[in-house]
Amino acid sequence: MTEHDDLVKEFLIESYENLDRLDRDLVELEKDPQDKERLGSIFRTIHTIKGTVGFLGFTKLESVSHIGENLLSRMRDLELSLNAEITTGLLRMMDAIRRILASVESTGQEGDEDQSDLIAHLTRLNQGGRVAPAVPAVAAVPPSVPVPALAATATATTPATVTPSSAADEGPRQGVSDSSLRVDVVLLDKLMNLVGELVLARNQILQFTAMHTDSSFVGATGRLNLVTSELQEGVMKTRMQPIGNIWSKFPRIVRDLATSCSKQVRIEMEGKETDLDKTIIEAIKDPLTHVVRNSVDHGIESPDERVRKGKPSEGLIRLRAFHEGGQINIEISDDGAGIDPVKLKGKALQRGLITAEQAGGMSDHEATRLVFLAGFSTAETITNVSGRGVGMDVVKTNIEKIGGQVDIQSTIGEGTTLKIKIPLTLAIIPGLMVAAGGDRYAIPQVSLLELVRLEGEFARQGIERIQDALFYRLRGNLLPLVYLQRELGVERVRDGDVVNIVVLKADDRQFGLVVEEINDTEEIVVKPLGKQLKGITVFAGATIMGDGKVALILDVLGIAQRANVVSEVRDRSRAEAAHAKADATNDLQTLLLFRVGEFDRMAMPLGLVARLEEFQRSSIERSGSQEVVQYRNAILPLVSLSKYFTGVDPAPADLRQVVVFAENGRSVGLVVDQILDIVSEHVVVQRRSSRAGILGSAVVQQRVTDLLDVHTIMRTTDPTFFETAAAAA
Amino acid sequence: MSSTQSSRQFSTFFLDGLYFGVEVLKVQELIRYQEMTRVPLASRVVRGLINLRGQIVTAIDLRCRLNMPERPADRVPMNVVVRTEDGAVSLLVDEIGDVVEVHEEQFERAPETIKGRATDLITGVYKMPERLLLVLDVERAIDVDRAMAVRTTA
Repeated sequence: MTEHDDLVKEFLIESYENLDRLDRDLVELEKDPQDKERLGSIFRTIHTIKGTVGFLGFTKLESVSHIGENLLSRMRDLELSLNAEITTGLLRMMDAIRRILASVESTGQEGDEDQSDLIAHLTRLNQGGRVAPAVPAVAAVPPSVPVPALAATATATTPATVTPSSAADEGPRQGVSDSSLRVDVVLLDKLMNLVGELVLARNQILQFTAMHTDSSFVGATGRLNLVTSELQEGVMKTRMQPIGNIWSKFPRIVRDLATSCSKQVRIEMEGKETDLDKTIIEAIKDPLTHVVRNSVDHGIESPDERVRKGKPSEGLIRLRAFHEGGQINIEISDDGAGIDPVKLKGKALQRGLITAEQAGGMSDHEATRLVFLAGFSTAETITNVSGRGVGMDVVKTNIEKIGGQVDIQSTIGEGTTLKIKIPLTLAIIPGLMVAAGGDRYAIPQVSLLELVRLEGEFARQGIERIQDALFYRLRGNLLPLVYLQRELGVERVRDGDVVNIVVLKADDRQFGLVVEEINDTEEIVVKPLGKQLKGITVFAGATIMGDGKVALILDVLGIAQRANVVSEVRDRSRAEAAHAKADATNDLQTLLLFRVGEFDRMAMPLGLVARLEEFQRSSIERSGSQEVVQYRNAILPLVSLSKYFTGVDPAPADLRQVVVFAENGRSVGLVVDQILDIVSEHVVVQRRSSRAGILGSAVVQQRVTDLLDVHTIMRTTDPTFFETAAAAA
Repeated sequence: MSSTQSSRQFSTFFLDGLYFGVEVLKVQELIRYQEMTRVPLASRVVRGLINLRGQIVTAIDLRCRLNMPERPADRVPMNVVVRTEDGAVSLLVDEIGDVVEVHEEQFERAPETIKGRATDLITGVYKMPERLLLVLDVERAIDVDRAMAVRTTA
C-alpha cells in the first residue's frame, strides 16, 4: 500500500506543478493560438496526467482528462482552432482536475462531484469542430475578437468554481508540494564546487591549527571542520539517488498495464543500485515510464500470439543500468514483436515525415530510429495507454536535454532494445585510491573484486610466468597480472618485496592489477577530461582529491584491453554476450595450449591445471619405472605425454615443462614439450577422436587443436588415481 | 565605431624570447604556476591536469607545442587559461606580459620564413613599435591530435 501511496504522492506533486504550468501556457496560447510548440506542450501535459491516473485507478480524472486530450489532439491536428469557448472549456476542465486532486489528497478518494456536465460540454466542443469544419484555412484564422473578454471571464470563474472546497483543500495541498522543491542544476553545481573549495581551505586551516595552542582557536577550527564535513556530505547527498527509486514503481505499472491489455508480462531489473544524479533521475523518469509502457502496450504480444510464435506466453521486459566508460547506460529491452522497419518507413512516408527518396536510402536501423520523429506512432488503434504520437519523440528530447543519447535496436519477432547513455559528469562513485609511478589513481569500486598483498617469500615465489605473461594463483585459478606502472609507461618509484594486487573484473574476465600502493576508498566526483585526452582509453575521467590535487580515474576495461587481458573489441563481445548469454558462461573456456611431440597444438582446460612448473633434468629421479620429482615436500610422479602418445621420450632437455594436475590431494606432473599460451574461447569439439587420451579436435585461435583427455591418461598411467581420489572424497 | 573595429586588445606572453598574443576575450584568467598531475600515455604536449577551483583543466606546454627548446628547469611556467569550445584549457608560458591594444594597420600575415610548426599556429604578426607580436591561433594550439599528426609526418 505504501508503494501506491508513494505513487499517488508523487503524482500529486507533479500534477500540481503541471497544472500551474498549464494555466500559464493556456493564457499564452490565447495570445498566440498559432504557437504549435506550446499547444504540443499542453497536450503532452494532459496526456501524462491522463496516462498516470489510468494506472492509479482514478476513473473520473481519467475520463475528464481523456476528453480534454481528445479536444487538444484535434487542435494539434488543426481540425479545430482555439477559440474562446474552447479555452473556457479547457480551463474548466483544469479546475475540475484540481478539485478532484484536492479531494484525492485529503481523502484518498476522487470525491463525488458530478463531472458529466463538463464531459458533455467538452464532447460538444469536440464534435462542434467536426460538424462545422467551417473555418476554412484553419491555420490562418486569427483568434476571434472576444477572446480577451472571455479569458477574463474564464479567470473570473476560476475562483468561483474552486470556492466550495477551497478552504478544505488549500491546507493539505501546501503540505505535499511545499515539502520538496526543484533546484537548478547550475546552482547545485556551483554549490558543489564551492564546497570543494571550502574543504580545501578547511584542510589548510587545520594544518595551521596544528601549530597553535590557543584553545578557543582550536575549538573554532574543530567546529569548522565538523560543519564543513557535514555540509559536504549534505551537498553530495542532495544529488545522488539509486535508479531503483524510479524503477520500483515499474513492476506495478507493468502489472496493471499488462492486466488491462490481457497480456502476461514479467519485469526484470539489473543494476538497481546504480547511482544517478538526482536531476538526471528526474529527467529520465518520464521517458523511462513511457518506454516501459510502450514495451508492454506495443512490444509484447498477446499470450496466444506468443505461443503461436513459439515463445513463452509470458513476455519479459528487462531493465539494466550500469556505469561504463564515464557514462551511465540504461537499457530497456523486451522480447516482443520487434519493430518492422518497412512498416515504419511506410507510415513515415504516409505522414509526409520523410520523402520516398529518403526512405529508399535508409538502412533498417535508420528506419527503426524513425520512431523518434515527432508525431509518430505505429499503433493501429489509439489505446488508452499510448499511441497518440507522443512518446518516443519526447523520450528522445528529454534524454538529449541532459546531454544523453538514445538508440534503438530491434529485430522482428525477437524484440526491441532501447539504449540510453547519459554522461556521468556529475556522478559520485566510490573509488579505491592506488599509487603507481609516484602518482595516485582512482579505480571505480564497481570493478573491484578483492585485494591481495604478497610479502617476502610469497612475493618472490607466488608469481608464475608463462613466457612474458605473469600469473598469480588465486585459490587455484590462474589470475593474469597486469602491472599498472608498465601499462602507463611510468617508472617505478617504490621497490620492495611487497606485491599489491587489485583483483578486477572487466567484461566477465578477472585480472590482477599490480600497483605500488593501495590506499583508502573514497567517494570521488567524476569529472570529464578535456578533448586532448579523450583518446586515451585507460582513463575514465579525473577527480579532485581532498588535498586539492587532481587524480586520474582508471577505466578498468580500457586497461584490460591495453594489456590484452580482454582481447575482443568491447562492442562485439557485448553483442555476443547479449545474444548467447547462456552459452557464454557454459562454453567460454579458458584453455592451456601446449605442444607435445607430433601434436603441435594441444589444449586442456585451465581449470584442471594446478600449477605450471619447470624442473631441472638433474632433479628428476626414478622410482621403479616411474619418473618422479621431489616437489613441495612430496613425491610428484611425472607422466611424459610424448611417451604416452608416441612411445618415445623426446630428446632430454635440461629444463622440463610440467603441468601439475591435482585432484583431492594427489598430484601428477604431465611433462609437455612446450607451453604455448592461455586462451579463452568458445570451444566446440568438431571431430571426436578414437585415439586414447584425445577427446577430439576443436578450432582454437583459428587453428586446429587437439583436446587432451586428462582423465583417461590418468587412468591408464595410474589406475588407482581416481579411485583413491574418490575414496578420499 | 571605426576605432573599435580596427583596434583589438591582446593579452601577451613570452615564450623562448618571442612575444605572443591571444585575443583578450578568449582569455579566462592568468594564474601562477600550479602543481600538476601528469597524464601518462598522453601527448608530450600535455603537461598535466590542474585543479582550477573544482574544474579540471588540461595544461598544454606551448614551448613543446611550438617545437621550441624545453624550458630551463629553474624557470616556472605561468598559466594562461583560455576559453574554448571544449571548456577551459591552460597554456603554459614563460612569462606574462601586458594587455596591449593593436591596430589593424599594424597587422601582417605570418611571414613565410617562419618555419615548421609555428606557421601553422601563428595567424599573423602585429608590428609593435618595439617588437613583433605573434598572434596565436588558440583553437589550433590546443588541438593535440594535430600536434601528433605533425610529429608523425615530420
